Amino acid sequence: MQAFTRHIHPGWLIIAPLMLMVIALYLGPILNILWLSVTDPEPGLSNYAKLAESDALIRIVWTTVRICIITTMFSVTLGYSIAYAMVHCHQRQKNYMLTLLLVSFWISILVRTFSWLMLLGRKGLVNGTLENIGLIAEPIAFMRNELGVLIGMVHYMIPYAVLPLLVSMQSLDTRVMDASRNLGASSTQTFWRIYLPLTLPGLVASTLLVFILSLGFYVTPAVLGGGKVLMVAEYISVQLLVTLKWGTAAMLAAIMLTGVLAMLWIMSRFMKLSTVFGGAAR
Amino acid sequence: MADLADTGSLQVRNVSKLFGTFRAVNNISLDIQKGEFLTLLGPSGSGKTTLLMMIAGFLDISEGDIALDGSSIAQTPAEKRNFGMVFQGYALFPHMSVRDNIGYALSVRKRPTSEIRARVDEMLELVQLQDFADRKPGQLSGGQQQRVALARALCFAPPVLLLDEPLGALDKKLRVEVQEQLKDIHRRVGTTFIYVTHDQEEALSMSDRIVIMRDGAIEQIGTPQELYEQPVNQFTASFLGKSNFIQQDGKTYALRPEKIDLRKGAGHAEARTSGVVRSITYFGSMQRVIVDASDGTEIEVDIDVWRNSEALNEGDTVDLLWKDEAAVELQTG
Repeated sequence: MQAFTRHIHPGWLIIAPLMLMVIALYLGPILNILWLSVTDPEPGLSNYAKLAESDALIRIVWTTVRICIITTMFSVTLGYSIAYAMVHCHQRQKNYMLTLLLVSFWISILVRTFSWLMLLGRKGLVNGTLENIGLIAEPIAFMRNELGVLIGMVHYMIPYAVLPLLVSMQSLDTRVMDASRNLGASSTQTFWRIYLPLTLPGLVASTLLVFILSLGFYVTPAVLGGGKVLMVAEYISVQLLVTLKWGTAAMLAAIMLTGVLAMLWIMSRFMKLSTVFGGAAR
Repeated sequence: MADLADTGSLQVRNVSKLFGTFRAVNNISLDIQKGEFLTLLGPSGSGKTTLLMMIAGFLDISEGDIALDGSSIAQTPAEKRNFGMVFQGYALFPHMSVRDNIGYALSVRKRPTSEIRARVDEMLELVQLQDFADRKPGQLSGGQQQRVALARALCFAPPVLLLDEPLGALDKKLRVEVQEQLKDIHRRVGTTFIYVTHDQEEALSMSDRIVIMRDGAIEQIGTPQELYEQPVNQFTASFLGKSNFIQQDGKTYALRPEKIDLRKGAGHAEARTSGVVRSITYFGSMQRVIVDASDGTEIEVDIDVWRNSEALNEGDTVDLLWKDEAAVELQTG
């Protein structure tokens, strides 16, 4: 025991059970998925070959990536404006805004998705009103298409986009902006040359968070896409539960996981990830 | 760039700043000469920083007017005033190199790259940071950051430089060193310096004139020597250096501790008062003796150890002597 503790910090002993649990319950299943993707139904890379062969699969992956990119762009842009407004308004208004943000954050995704259907569906509030006042003859197709999926996803993602940005903006030293003005910079110059670069870590964190979460969207495309917009997560669940092609499902999951890790790696080349996730900037 | 020879005087006319009903600055008038080193000195809450922020343009003026060389700048936004400023904590741009920090003012004015480069080199030399041009502010010591802030504020040759407690974050030894450098740079660039501090030693050693502020108003304006030798009231006398207050014939006099002579024993012919030594504190260059005077007051005396070799002990009876001109009559209130 003596010799053992001499080499290993005793702190490790305390966290060892937890670490073993994480490995067993988290890394284990992930490795199992990776293993399944190269062994089911037969050993080899046949599951991955499908990616190149099957037009349907390629379309699903492409749809997913496209929707996630658009969702991320809109959520982060809107989130940046919201976070900016929250940081720069009075404390009272800020508290109201934060409450509203958190309320929408806490409401179940299912409830929020169906609310959009009631609001923007063919017989929804908006189309109904527009028809009644005679502005349109036919209902506008907001829902059951890609637009519907995007509206639902952007709405769901905005709180996730706002929170990292809020942290990053709040920790800024406002005197730096005063200094920029004092040195003769216009508001636009101050924004592009000082404010944006200094909130960049928050912007990157927010973009990563929204994009990664968007990749796994399941309920919103299923409900608001009306079966026309098939994304990877829904396809995986179909493979698992309906067609029982676990190998294909595992392959797609592995691709998504690799994609996320690759993104994190690329980002880490440009900036310290610890800064992005709230560590001290240096 | 404007020629500094004929610009840089500031006129502050009946300026007030109200936050709600609270008057942070109350009806201040002040003339600042071009090229002057003027210090706003006061305890926290005296309105000195508020006044500086109004001069810089970060706070609106509630009442009154501020003019540069006679023409009002009250409506000019901060970014158009062309005043340099060294902020408390420096407010350097952490994502830019020292060179880009210093060149920022010229770069936002869209000056040619070659001109910016030459001017920044000049500024780097002025603050002796030639070897640090490519570092980020986070890689510099506090004193170096302070010099970058100074160079950044002076790079576009502003007529007026505002300094908001620029030495507050430095340790005492470094502060004295930087004071010397600041004075030297002031002499060389000829810019009007308006310096805010609560540190009386800083104010005394650097300023051409000092404005002593309390509760948003000016208590006294003058050269360091005028303020030290001729304080008008108790606040000035006790804020700038130490002072004893002597009551005589219904009047109050300020008496600096170093202007009192202390003689061991009682019965000296010209003694003003006598007392008993309560405590002696040794400061190296001098020692501070606190005497319980016979009239019940407490008098501080600073004595030169070198010239008063006679051993003094707590409990000794002493006589206190001073010249008439050492005691300065104060305004009451």
